[in-house]
Amino acid sequence: MSVILTAILALLLLALVFGALLGFAAIRFKIDGNPIVDQIDGLLPQTQCGQCGHPGCRPYAEGIANGEEINKCPPGGEATIQALADLLDVEAPALDAEHGEEKPVQVAVIREAECIGCTKCIQACPVDAILGAAKHMHTVITSECTGCDLCVEPCPVDCIDLVAVDKGILGWHWNAPQSSLIATDKGVA
Amino acid sequence: MQPIPITTINNHKNSRKLHDFHGGVHPEQNKHQSTQKPIQTPLLPPRLILPLQQHIGRAAKACVSPGEQVLKGQVIAEAQGPISVAVHAPTSGIIESIEELPVAHPSGLSAPCIVLTPDGKETWTALTTHQDYLNLDEEQMYAAIQNAGIAGMGGAGFPTKVKLNPSIAGRIDTLVINAIECEPYITSDDMLVREHAEEILRGIEIMARLVEPKNSLVALEDNKPEAYLALREALNERQQQAGAYEHEIELVVVPTKYPSGGEKQLIQILTGKEVPSGGIPADIGVVCQNTGTARAVYRALRFGEPLISRITTLTGKQIADPCNVEALIGTPISWLIGQYGYQPARQERLIMGGPMMGYTITEPDMPLVKTSNCILAPSPQELPMDHQAQACIRCGLCAEACPAELLPQQLYWFSRAQEYEKAEQHSLFDCIECGACSYVCPSSIPLVQYYRHAKGEIQEQAEAHAKSDRARIRFEARQERLDRDVAEKEAKRQARKEAAARAQAARKSADTNLTTHTKTQTSNAEQPAENGPSLETLKANWDSAQTKLDKLFDSLEETNKTNPDMATKLQRAIEKNQLRVNQTRLAYEKAETAASADQPTVLEKSVTSLPNTDDMKSIWERSQVKLDKMLITLADAKLNNPDTVEKLQRAVDKTQARVTQAKQNYEAVVSTSTATTPSTVKKSETSLEPSTENDLDSLRAVYEKAQAKLEKMQETLEDARANNSDTIEKFERAVAKNQVRVSAAKTALNAAKARREN
Amino acid sequence: MALLSITSPHVKGPQRTAGIMRWVILMTLPGLALQTYFFGWGNLHNVIWCSLIAVAAESLVLWLRKRPIGFYIGDYSALVTAVLLGLALPPFAPWWVSLVACLFSILFAKHLYGGIGYNPFNPAMAGYALVLISYPLAMTTTWANPVASNTPSITETLAIIWELSPLVDAYTGATPLDVYKHEVAVSTAEEIRSNPIFGQRIALGWEAVNLAFLLGGLVLIGLKVMPWQTPAAVLAGLALPALIFGWDEDQSAPLSLHLFAGATMLGAFFIATDPVSSATTNLGRLIYGFGIGLLTYIIRVWGSYPDAIAFAVLLMNFAAPFIDAYTQPRAYGYKKANRGPKASDKP
Repeated sequence: MSVILTAILALLLLALVFGALLGFAAIRFKIDGNPIVDQIDGLLPQTQCGQCGHPGCRPYAEGIANGEEINKCPPGGEATIQALADLLDVEAPALDAEHGEEKPVQVAVIREAECIGCTKCIQACPVDAILGAAKHMHTVITSECTGCDLCVEPCPVDCIDLVAVDKGILGWHWNAPQSSLIATDKGVA
Repeated sequence: MQPIPITTINNHKNSRKLHDFHGGVHPEQNKHQSTQKPIQTPLLPPRLILPLQQHIGRAAKACVSPGEQVLKGQVIAEAQGPISVAVHAPTSGIIESIEELPVAHPSGLSAPCIVLTPDGKETWTALTTHQDYLNLDEEQMYAAIQNAGIAGMGGAGFPTKVKLNPSIAGRIDTLVINAIECEPYITSDDMLVREHAEEILRGIEIMARLVEPKNSLVALEDNKPEAYLALREALNERQQQAGAYEHEIELVVVPTKYPSGGEKQLIQILTGKEVPSGGIPADIGVVCQNTGTARAVYRALRFGEPLISRITTLTGKQIADPCNVEALIGTPISWLIGQYGYQPARQERLIMGGPMMGYTITEPDMPLVKTSNCILAPSPQELPMDHQAQACIRCGLCAEACPAELLPQQLYWFSRAQEYEKAEQHSLFDCIECGACSYVCPSSIPLVQYYRHAKGEIQEQAEAHAKSDRARIRFEARQERLDRDVAEKEAKRQARKEAAARAQAARKSADTNLTTHTKTQTSNAEQPAENGPSLETLKANWDSAQTKLDKLFDSLEETNKTNPDMATKLQRAIEKNQLRVNQTRLAYEKAETAASADQPTVLEKSVTSLPNTDDMKSIWERSQVKLDKMLITLADAKLNNPDTVEKLQRAVDKTQARVTQAKQNYEAVVSTSTATTPSTVKKSETSLEPSTENDLDSLRAVYEKAQAKLEKMQETLEDARANNSDTIEKFERAVAKNQVRVSAAKTALNAAKARREN
Repeated sequence: MALLSITSPHVKGPQRTAGIMRWVILMTLPGLALQTYFFGWGNLHNVIWCSLIAVAAESLVLWLRKRPIGFYIGDYSALVTAVLLGLALPPFAPWWVSLVACLFSILFAKHLYGGIGYNPFNPAMAGYALVLISYPLAMTTTWANPVASNTPSITETLAIIWELSPLVDAYTGATPLDVYKHEVAVSTAEEIRSNPIFGQRIALGWEAVNLAFLLGGLVLIGLKVMPWQTPAAVLAGLALPALIFGWDEDQSAPLSLHLFAGATMLGAFFIATDPVSSATTNLGRLIYGFGIGLLTYIIRVWGSYPDAIAFAVLLMNFAAPFIDAYTQPRAYGYKKANRGPKASDKP
């Protein structure tokens, strides 16, 4: 009888100690807010293009935090999916083709001679990267343009092109070495 | 040349204690091949290609145009901003073109270059020489260095003037002249010191005068006895000469080990101090300059010569005649090595720089630049390249060899796995890419390339990240602004609604205070407001449409001059807007007439109960004005919009009838009242005056406005005639329209005036 | 003219992986020769037998993984594993013990982790530990007795290993470490030492073999094929507790026996130094080696196994990445070394 009692007492004591410990940890290491959304948002490319079906990157980050698929971001491409997969500790899926293809970094360029100054693209630009006034020619602030292509559709005279960014010799860097022999088994087997 | 025994240099006693740096390797030197002959001067090449960027910083900007004749030493591209250097014509000749050509860069990409065809005359431009160059003031010295386009000639090509920046003067203990040349095969500094030791010393004096170090050191490896002797003799001579800068120049011989010529490693050897990570040597009181730079500085000050040539080693087994040459900047490499018996190998490889850090060039026609110290054309046996990379076995030999005391092997794993954060944390960016790790790697892993790739990727990612952060901030700011706008609009709408409700309530209470007979009037007067948009809104619509149209006209005028294509587009937009203006005006006037049509009937009723000559008169007058206005509109409509003419005509007829009715009423009232109360009539007449005055004013305003517009249009028309025949017709039509409008307004005004005089 | 585009450096040092491995194998040969001299043909047989299995197994896996077989066999890494196993296994261990150990080494400990360069554990020791745990009888009763008047001939040895004839008791005996460990509780040091297997000096045969491995290892260090830190630390880690607890030979085995009996020198110079699975920083190697020495002593004295190099090495293999993370050297231009996991690491 006393053995059972001791066992129960011991278990109770352990439960108390660990409970107190957990309670203390919960207060001591409390994290405010929902940092996971911030973290996810930090990994998204911030093109605000809406190709994922959300009106901007942050809403998609919230969507991912609520269990949405992580492969709906074509501008981020495989790299973003991989980073998200690492962050959320899930398998990295392939890019969902439904939302578009991964393209090289682009910027919008207005063929200024053809612009009629309708300001429609200015209103469409999610990052205020188009400059101009009504009935005056507009232009893209290249350094701020995310290449989201949201300005292309509203343009009544189709004078906006998306061009790949070419930084030339200054933007060049070495490729990774090509190694066929010590490559991983991926793609070999 | 008689070889000088190595013992000469081994007997040298350094006056300072040398330190060692971590790691390092001892690759085979292979320097003797190219030191057998004195420095050669090649022929004038048939074509010179001068990249605008041969230095670190902003590219220079071409200031000549194709076809221009330039003189030797003339500036052909100007420095842009403080960290940039100019490019000079290496010889006299004609600028052939300015175009994108492949330049000496590991990428093999093209960059803007000036192509110069020499005329063979070698005519120098006017040069400013200074006999007494050491006594120039500092500004002049800096200017001379800057104007000579000197960038570090050791390899990096940092603008020399910036490195000798005045702000570091006084902070510098040691000026180090780097004649180490630790890379195998390269002997350009060695040969330069052998043949131009005195010029180098004079250059050091100039630099010492600028940065004011406590002492200057010339450091060279113990495998260059000839250079050592030449320097020692020159130093002795110089000390005996008068006029030398009072300054101690010390000769330091360091043990041969790669990469002791690396700036950071050399500083560690000489001072025992380390350049802080991310810092520059000046942070610890050291400035390093290359021997070639020292000579270029001297020649720039003494003779005013810009940097248009440099000493370059041509070596490797594929070059039959290995030697050093003083070649013009811009000389095509293939032509240059062709002069010295170059035979292309089957698998051809041309290395710009040494075998440890040099890069292969992809086009043999790439030009020599200010930083090219060596062109190496090795045979496949000489520098075998069939090393197949094996797996890393973590042997740690790379860590033993790393002069930056990094763990190359871990950097390799991180770089390969693209764990760039960890690579950065393991000080990837402190890697100097010397190649010692790859050299010792038993598995032949191209470690340096992994690091270069990782560095590039990290920089690219950092840029992308900075950009996405900016995008996020801009997006959020915009979102906030839009939200604010919506909230403001909502608030305004709410306020208006409330105001309207208040006004209605006030009117209602006022109405109840009035006599009962006005009730019908109230209900009648309010009817149009309830049935459709109020007069004010209609008027506002019309006004805004009108202003928009005016603005369109303005921009048309402007664009007519700049862009005829767009003008037609605008023309269409204007036509559309004109239509809109007319519609809004019509709507407004219709509503107005409807409102005024109601009025007389009401007043008629009131007349019966309370006949008032003043009222009657004003009614008549007002309807008259309305009629006049309507006539103008009708004239307009006839021109613009035939559909509405009929309607307008009907409206005009109705108003006409109303006017006559009002007149009759008035006359009737007058005739009855004059008999009883003549004074009232008089009164009424005086009181009538202001109201007619108002009408007259408005008519005059209409007329004047129309007149002004007409004038403006005529101007535009003239402009259009001068510029563009396409739009003239349209303008002419518009002007005609306006003329009609003006004349209509004039008649109306005159009629009103006449009435008033009556 | 098409020019080749190759990254720098364009010149290569003389060291090659295959060269390193060849030197390692070469430097084990004096030890192997002495083993053969003192303990008979068993070890030589095992080395050859293991080598055959290892090369065959390696080829098989490479073929399955569609890798160039010649290229990888040519790096001699499989051979090194096999040689070390052959040296470490008891001379008269049955053929299937070697087979299992070797197959496990190559297939599991090496290739399932990705092949050369990727194995977290020393393959040879993983195989050794497996058979030591699985077949304790075969692994403890098959040590040769150097005292026997004559060692078995080649044919006899083959017959024993291939189990064609039973093992003759006269040929086998416990190892000195085993003997000392068991006797020390009941006898004085002098009584124990009277056992002929200890010979005149430290331990008959074993002392010479260990000396040979020590010399071979020193040559490798001299050739810069391996770093000095690991072996030195292993010996220090073993010597320190041996000095402290072994000062009284009646209580515990003396330092000399710990250093020159068993697989001490083989372990310190040839096994602990396996670069792939050991720590890589210089300080890390000291810690790693010291840990191996210390654990070896602890298991030898207080554990149930007479020798413990295998377990000690495997245990320290676990710790190697951790040791590396905390022993980063200070890089040029830094005031302090950048050590330990950082916030950027995954939580």
